[in-house]
Amino acid sequence: MMRFLLLFSRQGKLRLQKWFTPISEREKKKIIRDMTSMVLARQPRSCNFLHWKDLKIIYKRYASLYFCLAIENQENELLALEVIHRYVELLDKYFGNVCELDIIFNFEKAYFILDEFLMGGEIQETSKQMVNRSIEASDMLQEDDNSDWYEVELFG
Amino acid sequence: MPAVSKGDGMRGLAVFISDIRNCKSKEAEIKRINKELANIRSKFKGDKALDGYSKKKYVCKLLFIFLLGHDIDFGHMEAVNLLSSNKYTEKQIGYLFISVLVNSNSELIRLINNAIKNDLSSRNPTFMCLALHCIANVGSREMAEAFASEIPRILVAGDTMDSVKQSAALCLLRLYKTSPDLVLMGEWTSRVVHLLNDQHMGVVTAAISLITCLSQKNPDEFKTCVSLAVSRLSRIVSSASTDLQDYTYYFVPAPWLSCKLLRLLQCYPPPEDGAVKGRLVECLETILNKAQEPPKSKKVQHSNAKNAILFEAISLIIHYDSEPNLLVRACNQLGQFLQHRETNLRYLALESMCTLASSEFSHEAVKTHIETVINALKTERDVSVRQRAADLLYAMCDRSNAKQIVAEMLSYLETADYSIREEMVLKVAILAEKYAVDYSWYVDTILNLIRIAGDYVSEEVWYRVIQIVINRDDVQGYAAKTVFEALQAPACHENMVKVGGYILGEFGNLIAGDPRSSPLVQFNLLHSKFHLCSVPTRALLLSAYIKFINLFPETKATIQEVLRCDSQIRNSDVELQQRAVEYLKLSSIASTDVLATVLEEMPPFPERESSILAKLKKKKGPGAVSVTELEDSKREGGELNGGGDRGPDTAAMASTPSPSADLLGIRSAAPVGAAPASAGSLLVDVFSEAGPIAPSAAVNDDGFLRFVCKNNGVLFENQLLQIGIKSEYRQNLGRMYLFYGNKTSVQFASFTTTVSCPGELQSHILSMHLCTKPVEPLVEGGAQIQQVLNIECLTDFSDAPLLNIKFRYGGALQNLTLKLPVTINKFFQPTEMTSSDFFQRWKQLSQPQQEAQKIFKANHSMDTEVLKAKVRQNVTPHSIMYRLTLRCSKDSVSRRLCELLAEQF
Repeated sequence: MMRFLLLFSRQGKLRLQKWFTPISEREKKKIIRDMTSMVLARQPRSCNFLHWKDLKIIYKRYASLYFCLAIENQENELLALEVIHRYVELLDKYFGNVCELDIIFNFEKAYFILDEFLMGGEIQETSKQMVNRSIEASDMLQEDDNSDWYEVELFG
Repeated sequence: MPAVSKGDGMRGLAVFISDIRNCKSKEAEIKRINKELANIRSKFKGDKALDGYSKKKYVCKLLFIFLLGHDIDFGHMEAVNLLSSNKYTEKQIGYLFISVLVNSNSELIRLINNAIKNDLSSRNPTFMCLALHCIANVGSREMAEAFASEIPRILVAGDTMDSVKQSAALCLLRLYKTSPDLVLMGEWTSRVVHLLNDQHMGVVTAAISLITCLSQKNPDEFKTCVSLAVSRLSRIVSSASTDLQDYTYYFVPAPWLSCKLLRLLQCYPPPEDGAVKGRLVECLETILNKAQEPPKSKKVQHSNAKNAILFEAISLIIHYDSEPNLLVRACNQLGQFLQHRETNLRYLALESMCTLASSEFSHEAVKTHIETVINALKTERDVSVRQRAADLLYAMCDRSNAKQIVAEMLSYLETADYSIREEMVLKVAILAEKYAVDYSWYVDTILNLIRIAGDYVSEEVWYRVIQIVINRDDVQGYAAKTVFEALQAPACHENMVKVGGYILGEFGNLIAGDPRSSPLVQFNLLHSKFHLCSVPTRALLLSAYIKFINLFPETKATIQEVLRCDSQIRNSDVELQQRAVEYLKLSSIASTDVLATVLEEMPPFPERESSILAKLKKKKGPGAVSVTELEDSKREGGELNGGGDRGPDTAAMASTPSPSADLLGIRSAAPVGAAPASAGSLLVDVFSEAGPIAPSAAVNDDGFLRFVCKNNGVLFENQLLQIGIKSEYRQNLGRMYLFYGNKTSVQFASFTTTVSCPGELQSHILSMHLCTKPVEPLVEGGAQIQQVLNIECLTDFSDAPLLNIKFRYGGALQNLTLKLPVTINKFFQPTEMTSSDFFQRWKQLSQPQQEAQKIFKANHSMDTEVLKAKVRQNVTPHSIMYRLTLRCSKDSVSRRLCELLAEQF
């Protein structure tokens, strides 16, 4: 399973953190520090994989953002890279040419999209259409603030 | 601020985020945040009821502040209120807040669980999914207790929407991982397995993670999943890239599901049913074939997805380890990747090949790639890839290519990254030993190792070369000659001096015939290094010198002169001084016969598992070195060199050394054997040390007696662990702080301590209860943890409570038991009285059993010590004996106290 996903900028500013197992706040801060320093220190065109403690760290840079995903030892590295890519695609599809600012200002949306895609550290839905459909459905619910929940069933 | 904000867009939030981003300094940011927190607090506390939108906005701001790294101590209640909102967006923010800021406040958990319960029974799929997500995100025991029975029902119910099924499957998986005892599959098992047949690919993808986890834990109950998985896999593999619509990822049909299916099959042995197996082999062949087809897209996503399946298929082939044809094909495929332009693929190919190398079917095929791998080691720009290459070389090494591989690894060492040098050194040392046919090659290799990377050569490595030289007489002359030559280098590493000193001390006579290496030349060479060395090395050299006196009587005068000089005999280091004094005395008073007996050549070391291998295992953590490899080396190591495990430090023949001369290997077997020796032991210890080590292996009470009269200090110390105590006593109560320090750089896992009171002690000392929480199970390298013991003394006692410590260091379980220095005298109260009062009371205690007396030899130099209380002490000056007399109203106290105090003089 996946253990955590971090998004941070080239300056090491954390933009999103998702923890799939309960970890203390102190430990989280330590991991974030370790990950940013480790990943940012990598030379360009190195491989995207690192060993860290008993985990594999898969990272990839998209524009100014680094995506850093920790997976358990038996998991597949290449597929983890594509998990990152698919998430980027989902963000891109939702925001349209997603950039770091979109994630800063709409962080809650970035979490919602991630939640549709992954759950408990496993893949929930790989289909872009399906994920987008649920996100859009909830957005339509948001626009109509007065809708009460009976109407929600239409979008299930 | 971006103009685009889909959905509702909370303007106030965007403004706030924008403000934070405009802050020029950390202080400004904190100021802005504090202002916002004050504002939100007043809004939440205000008289006016907030509408849902405002509540949502403020909760979202709090969440943002928390994610910036600031503490949030309010707002939880408002977030919980949002959960019961009928508006989706409010509910969603509420759940997000709860998921991120879990609070174990039980009152809150009850409210949260209530909201979740309502949403789960709402039959509204969107709400149900939110609730399931929240359970999975929090995943606490309380939630498992509340929902573990409900979720399987939702998962298998016929009318559950697909999206809810997906969430339910993964939610259940999360709960199963946190509280497996609460998730009872039983009746649901077969229906869950049949989710593999579900029409909806998303459902299968989610469910298979659950099924895989359950299969790992209960393979028998879930074994029907094998045939279902094979048929599902076969359908995907043979489908055209367009068949699966949106589940096709860059022209690869359902890569995630395919990998998960292949992973599930790795929980089981090859299918017994011929038809199923045939179908599976067909799938695997198809996957291997597809790797040879031209890519359908140039995008890296296409090749990643396709190769992810390929690597997973190769893992399955390796797992089965029964299809030679497939294994060889897999190996060839990986061989192609070794030269691929994608760094990621080269990395993964090197990694996978490591496992292939251990299969008898593919070992030879892997070996054919040796040149490519060596090339990778030399030319890869990325250190992590080079490290994989080194790993693979190690894995593919056998007798046929050992010399080449060891030579390459040695030359790589000269430029290797510092982070991996120590591991490389261990690997070279292991390979050199394991595949040595010719022991002069082995000696050369290790000496080269010390020359190239001396700082990274751990004690285990140089101990080992000495053990082997001692055990094999055909290599001793060569070893002596080689170290002699190596020592002639103007600057040589201290480890080289250690090996040189030891070997020349034992076998210098074998090369003494050559005038260029006559005894005096040898001695002068060694002694020229002496002053540059650390204390342990000097101690070793001193032992080598005394051995020289035995080997070459003609060096006696020179060496005695060296020993006699002030820098030796008055050395401020007690160990060096003691050795100098003892050796000087030994050489001048002992007859040649005695000398020859005491300083006889070391006997062969007993055979044991190589300590270097153990060290590598520790370094790599459990599971890194396969069992077969271990057994291999045991077998080969055994028959070839009869390698032993005892430390070759000269210590064994002389006085006890500093802790650096720990008897290796023994450390892991019985850590107490490695307890720090007091520097005061005598030469006669030679004989006691030759016997079985440390008869006190069961309970270590070395430190115990030192604490009779003191409360603070180091109770125990070995190479791994240091235990310090601080204690304070008041009347019948005591408190003891235990400090456990990890001296290594590796963490200790499953660290547990228990205190027990043996025998009748239980009723005498009340409640040695651990007052604080039990110690943390993990002790990081270099870290120290603390534990507090509260002690109450109810009546007098003589035994001491026992402290048992268990932990894992690397792979090995360490277990040690110490006597805690809780003694009866700790609970004494001083009383002032005049001497006449004292003698009056002394006379009152006149019954014979109230008195305890002991006459004993002084352990320490005599000093006029003043003893308080009712202790009389006579010193008989000529015989250096003490007589200690105690009288107490209770006879058991007299006896015990007498025993304890006698040791203190």
